[in-house]
Amino acid sequence: MSYRFESPSDVRTRLGQVDYLSDDAIAGIVYLADRLGKPILVEGPAGTGKTQLAKSVADIIGARLIRLQCYEGLDESKALYEWNYKKQLLRIQATKTEGESADWDQIEEDIFSDDFLLTRPLLEAIRADDPVVLLIDEVDRVEVETEALLLEILSDYQVSIPELGTIEAKQIPLVFLTSNNTRELSEALKRRCLFLHIDYPDMEREKEIVLTKVPDITESLADQVARIVRSIRQMELKKSPSVSETLDWAQTLMLLGVTKVDAETAANTANILLKYQSDIAKATKEFGNEGSSFRKGGPLSTSS
Amino acid sequence: MTTSGHLLANGEGLLALLNGFIAELREAGLPVSLTENLDAMEAVKHIPIEDRAAFKYALAATLVKNNAHWRSFETVFEVYFSMRGRQFALGDEGEALPDELADALAAAAGDGQGDGQMQGGGGGEQMSPEELAEMLYKSLMKGDDALMRAVARQAVRRYAGMEPGRPVGGTYYLYRTLRNLDLDGVLERLMQQTEQDAPEELSPLERRLEEDEFTERIEKVKKEIEAEIRRRLVADRGVEAMAKTLRKPLPEDIDFMHASRDEMKLLRQAIYPLTRKLAVRLARKRRHGRKGPLDFRNTVRHSLSYGGVPAEPKFKYPRPAKPEIFVIADISGSVASFARFTLHLVYAVSSQFSRVRSFVFIDGVDEVTHFFEGTDDILDAIHRVNTEADVVWVDGHSDYGHAFEVFWSKWGKDIGPKTTVMILGDARNNYHASQSWVIKEIRHRARHVFWLNPEPKSYWDTGDSIVGEYATHCDGAFECRNMRQLERFVDNLV
Repeated sequence: MSYRFESPSDVRTRLGQVDYLSDDAIAGIVYLADRLGKPILVEGPAGTGKTQLAKSVADIIGARLIRLQCYEGLDESKALYEWNYKKQLLRIQATKTEGESADWDQIEEDIFSDDFLLTRPLLEAIRADDPVVLLIDEVDRVEVETEALLLEILSDYQVSIPELGTIEAKQIPLVFLTSNNTRELSEALKRRCLFLHIDYPDMEREKEIVLTKVPDITESLADQVARIVRSIRQMELKKSPSVSETLDWAQTLMLLGVTKVDAETAANTANILLKYQSDIAKATKEFGNEGSSFRKGGPLSTSS
Repeated sequence: MTTSGHLLANGEGLLALLNGFIAELREAGLPVSLTENLDAMEAVKHIPIEDRAAFKYALAATLVKNNAHWRSFETVFEVYFSMRGRQFALGDEGEALPDELADALAAAAGDGQGDGQMQGGGGGEQMSPEELAEMLYKSLMKGDDALMRAVARQAVRRYAGMEPGRPVGGTYYLYRTLRNLDLDGVLERLMQQTEQDAPEELSPLERRLEEDEFTERIEKVKKEIEAEIRRRLVADRGVEAMAKTLRKPLPEDIDFMHASRDEMKLLRQAIYPLTRKLAVRLARKRRHGRKGPLDFRNTVRHSLSYGGVPAEPKFKYPRPAKPEIFVIADISGSVASFARFTLHLVYAVSSQFSRVRSFVFIDGVDEVTHFFEGTDDILDAIHRVNTEADVVWVDGHSDYGHAFEVFWSKWGKDIGPKTTVMILGDARNNYHASQSWVIKEIRHRARHVFWLNPEPKSYWDTGDSIVGEYATHCDGAFECRNMRQLERFVDNLV
């Protein structure tokens, strides 16, 4: 079969073209997933671009992105397929009124056919004729028992429907599963996947991300932003700033017309980076201007 | 070393090497299954072997499925694969080095000519300690990776005093090297220089940023030094022996009682996911517990849209009460490090559940719920617990019996049928009266009583430990020495 990518560096350059800055690990594992035909389990703190990775990959190979958002209580009928109950009921009632011509076997065959099947994301990804990327988002939110639903599709790329038989994939889709690691996923699931941990980027990469994503930002400002964020992440905080928050912050600084971040600007806009009052207070204190004019939830947060 | 290098040349050799590598990973405690093993073999076929980074990530992606295991993996990987490339690099160190150092190295290049043999402390004689220090300083100032690596190598060669067959661990060499380099002093000097160079005085923020930058570079040098020492040790002792000495427990296997400071930090990071898990599990049970009885009214109402056919049955959702948790923790000296961990756990638990009451005791007992409420700073809360809580009754030696008695008389009435009581301690009672009737009474009232003991099970009921006596009145007493055991407890709890 033909592969989607030539080499890890090919992945990297093409991801770069859609403004997703990857690193060796990301590029290498996406490449491997394509070669081995295995799903990727992407794990890491919130806001580090896990979902974005799937979107960007879909983008560069020109595939449709099918997304299954997981939540507690997700079940078969929401993830795989469902019989169109109401339509089936109508069909039966219609036969009744038409007359008694149709025999039961025929009706049964009829109402358990494709026409009455509602496809949900997983089945849709399997049955698609065009290239697709399947994104199973926040898989750690479903119960352990529900995970089992995914196993068949992840290892064999097929779905078994009792009434219809087994539906096999026409082409092997690239599958991404993301997890915020709120709970340990089952061994069975992990075993079927390639594991990719995306952490906060290092300073250099973060700076590049800021430069790509925030238009017109100057090199020196991006550099300062990245350095300050790195320092903040080293503190012991309730919630470290994520990449998306870094970007928001850089954006804000741009809109405020700041060219050089000093302690006061940093303190005044810290509520964009940090979302807990105690974290903000701590960061402000660490940066050495206790008692500065830091305002709680200041007007700067509404800088749009 | 050279054999593995030779082996790598053909596929079968690679297979053998990988097998050894995976066996070592399993020894280190990583759960590598057979299919993952096969996946790894398959994966490396697609990766050009010269591409070391890709090779490493290919192995990691197929073999390591938990980020906490990454460190162990990295160590093993380095021992098995990394030194091969650098071994050869020893001969032609000049290639990527900046001129300055290349000159210095050329002067010192008498040894290590391609054979990778160790020269004991003999290397780099022409380079004086001052020159080396200067070189280190310059490399840090510029943040020049190649130069830093070269300096690290020189420093090890010069200061570590490594001799083949010497039976000391890597940490000893590391200590010797670092002591001679005086990295703290270097940091100070770097900061001074930066402040002098600055056109105007540095603001606290700028100073802080500069310092973080240098600290990170110094960390890098330290890592390089460690790697260099390891590389030399491997060359001396062989891969298997080295991998064995470097084996460190995985975070979930670290013993609470004997955790070092760094390990404590790892543990702290691991607690939060655990309590979140506990909370999520409890909450889920509440909301998605099996459906309740049929809701007749609702079903009939919805049947109207299907022409009176009750096609969509509706159920009532049960609304069980919120769980209430009482944590009673021993914070005496005998369990000091466990106690510290315990307090972190208590804090984490109380941030996840709405109704948690916490108590600490030594020979007296005091409620500390309010210390954890409304504060976001766990260290502050712990400090207040340790200084303000009234836990000493006579002499500050554990007296479980008295503590329980007081607890019962003061707060026993607050325990109700929804309460889960968790007692944390080693039950080393200094031969005082046990007063285990209290636990019995508590159990009559409470939903569950659990005892978590940080001691290995084989020590229970030896000496002055009377955990067995208390345990008969609990719903369960569990050995809780590491994260893995704590996690198992949480899993079984709900």
